[in-house]
Amino acid sequence: MLSSQIKSNEIVFGSCNKDLLEEIIFYGIGLGADFVEIFIENTDNSSVLAEEDFITSVSPSFGRGAGIRIFKGKKDGFVSTNDLTKHGLMRSVSQAIEMLDITDNKREVFNGLNKHRDYSLPKKKWINEVPSIHEISEKLLVSTKSLKKNNKIITRKGSYSRNLQEVIIASSDGTYVSDIRLHQTVGLNVIASDAQYRSSGSRRFGSSGMPNEFRFWDHEKAANDVFESSMNMLYADYVDAGQMPVVLANKFGGVIFHEACGHLLETTQIERGTTPFENKLNEKIAHESVTAIDEGISEGSFGSLSVDDEGMEPEKSVLIKDGILKKFISDRAGELRTGHKRTGSGRRQNYSFAAASRMRNTYIAKGEFSKEDLINSISEGLYCKSMGGGSVGATGQFNFAVEEGYIIKNGKLTNPVKGATLIGEAKEVMPKISMCGNDLALAPGFCGSISGSVNVTVGQPHIKVDSITVGGR
Amino acid sequence: MNSIEITTQISEAADSLNLKKWDYGASFSNDHSVQVDKGEAKQLKASQKQILTIRVWNESNLVGITTTSDISESGIKKALNQANIASDFGNKNERTEFSPLAKDPIEVKVTKKRNPAGIKKLLTLLREAEVKLIESHESIKSVPYNGLSESFFERVYANSDGAFRSYTKSQAAIYLYARAEEKNKKPRSSGSVKLGYGVEDIDIESCIKDASDKTISHLNYSSIKTDKYLICFSPESFLTIINAFSSMFNARSILDGVSLSNKNSIGEKLSTEALNIYDDGLHEKNISSSPFDGEGTPTKRLCLINKGRLENFIHSESTARIFKTIPTGHAGLGSKVSVSPDWIVVEKSKENSDLKTSLDHSSYEGEFVYIEELNAIHAGVKASQGSFSLPFDGWLYKNGKKISIESATVAGDIKYLLKNIVNIESNQEVTTSGISPHIWVDELSITGDA
Repeated sequence: MLSSQIKSNEIVFGSCNKDLLEEIIFYGIGLGADFVEIFIENTDNSSVLAEEDFITSVSPSFGRGAGIRIFKGKKDGFVSTNDLTKHGLMRSVSQAIEMLDITDNKREVFNGLNKHRDYSLPKKKWINEVPSIHEISEKLLVSTKSLKKNNKIITRKGSYSRNLQEVIIASSDGTYVSDIRLHQTVGLNVIASDAQYRSSGSRRFGSSGMPNEFRFWDHEKAANDVFESSMNMLYADYVDAGQMPVVLANKFGGVIFHEACGHLLETTQIERGTTPFENKLNEKIAHESVTAIDEGISEGSFGSLSVDDEGMEPEKSVLIKDGILKKFISDRAGELRTGHKRTGSGRRQNYSFAAASRMRNTYIAKGEFSKEDLINSISEGLYCKSMGGGSVGATGQFNFAVEEGYIIKNGKLTNPVKGATLIGEAKEVMPKISMCGNDLALAPGFCGSISGSVNVTVGQPHIKVDSITVGGR
Repeated sequence: MNSIEITTQISEAADSLNLKKWDYGASFSNDHSVQVDKGEAKQLKASQKQILTIRVWNESNLVGITTTSDISESGIKKALNQANIASDFGNKNERTEFSPLAKDPIEVKVTKKRNPAGIKKLLTLLREAEVKLIESHESIKSVPYNGLSESFFERVYANSDGAFRSYTKSQAAIYLYARAEEKNKKPRSSGSVKLGYGVEDIDIESCIKDASDKTISHLNYSSIKTDKYLICFSPESFLTIINAFSSMFNARSILDGVSLSNKNSIGEKLSTEALNIYDDGLHEKNISSSPFDGEGTPTKRLCLINKGRLENFIHSESTARIFKTIPTGHAGLGSKVSVSPDWIVVEKSKENSDLKTSLDHSSYEGEFVYIEELNAIHAGVKASQGSFSLPFDGWLYKNGKKISIESATVAGDIKYLLKNIVNIESNQEVTTSGISPHIWVDELSITGDA
């Protein structure tokens, strides 16, 4: 008796909540909403930090909450709350209805929720399969020890985080979905110092839906990579500024496409009128050597998902095919306001954000050239082996730091340089990507935008940009 | 539950779990926000949030922590349990204790109580602001980034030693970023942000005017030649740089090996004798002020640079103990307690005879670059190495004319920048992140397209 009372009056994870969810949706539709969506979340996260040879931080966290979104016409109201009782959810619906000032008598029809699509069933065991705090601490300590390769390394850090998110999504179009998402990342960082010289090195690795991934992670290889990067850059000179051809390395080199072009292909940018590509569908926007893809289906990739945060299975979207713009990345609001069909890209950081059109695994497809072909084709330029972060301004200009760069002279890599920044605009740079390598590789990252920080993958093969502004000293 | 009830709940749950030493920080908020698009409501948001962070000390005096949004009775018990488990992994090399100042009196700024304006009022005000901004100039076609929000919140700190402090507050903010377009020219965008304790305190008209003036002033732009230039930093951009390199003043960063300073840096000459920098979280102009930090230590004014020399570091309880001083009210509650500045105040000291006072941004007729706003701080600053390479919005002043710079970055080294300050103007300006006058620096590298 007590159990059934709880079920009817509060969301209970792992149980059937259909009656309660339908009641909430009926309530919103009855008050005049065109569309009602309920997103409910339960999280169980932990992170561990190792510094030098000690664990210095272990941070578990857990929480739960709901985001209620109401549409009326093209307007939407969004309310988030930690109160998952029937009373709390109905109060949130009322608040959203009141915000939208809905007073008309027109009523949409709600025929109840469809059959439950439960993607979580095979994933319930994940929480018991992920490494324990003790296990991951041991692994991190071994990793930071591996970074201690000479006395120039003055700071060594290893970090791990695990996010387990259980979601229930229900909406007035009948969508009724449950899922469990697991994301794990591990990162290594060093600072090297010698007299007045300083450099740093860092790498981050990540996966989704692979609870055992870091048990078998090759920490020695990762540590060697970070160490070598910091040593190569320790005595590097500052790069001279100017216009020059550049070769961008694969993996995280793809961050430039993600930031400078990918965001401009999200329907939120069309809604704002801030993308130069708004009316360019089926027009050439890039060099014919460029094909670009956004998808959420690569197994284990950091941006993959079984279902997006609006209950749609992700699709593989070819954004640019041989330089021609083919598709935009769209969510429910994007389809409503711009007409571009949803692509399973409605994503949000957590229940306190409304979903928005966001990238997943986004990359430039591989071409036919080797890395050496690209470098050999340049008489004087820059090789960007490792990229740092960057940003894109409101009018499309981008700016990216080069973490590890080398001067190209007469088709060969020469001395390392630091302080380089790549500056440009997507619509001007995309036609200048003239060669794509055959070594496509992906890298995990976090993307911050209108609906918070979400897990993504960026990627590309080695690519050559014929000319770009390199900032330096 | 209110904060006293939560404290009682935690205390009772801790007793039942035989946890003798604990503390917690919590925040509870109610927020409203609106965005508009060409007169239509775009997104209307409301949220009720609660976050609770609990630390417990085990029998070996090691600390464990847990954060949760579930403050039900079962949620609190679960959080205490998880924190207790996490304490097995507590840092044995750097002990954490309660702040010795957690029961000292705090100075709470008295502000008039504001009532929520509500979504409808916010929407009406933002719609009006959008219309006015678009009508302010024919080239302004849209305001793609805009928002008006209000937040009402309570923050609490308490511990098992009897410390208990809380305060309630409200804050409102508006931002307007306009986009201007002219034929055969690149679109230009700029904006303005204003804060207040409540919506009624925000000067929306000046936000509209600032956003319009800034955007229009960049319509006629030109590329800049890559070279070294005399630079004038706006108050906002100078504060951005100082905050980006605040690890120089940060004891936590020093212990972590990621600061340009070390334990013995106090007294080191960093800049001209004319430069004073304070951290002053309780400054009357700081809308976001908090009377205590995450460990319950009272917030206070602290001199960071006095007459060009490093004067103090900012501390948490543990860093202060290691440095044999007292906490300064800059801690953030966490498994590893963070340290960060509150509100930077830059001023000209009385020892200012070496300054080139002819350098005044409103009257100087020589060539210089005026940096209005720095962008992409997270990407272009290497705080542990002291270097920066940042895109900026600004102008080139040349031959008595002012030309907006199309797209450029400024690069340099923070120690070089501080050492090469050649003038500190007299008038301080209040920004959203602190107070500063215009600051002039000789010879920084600018990369442009030309």
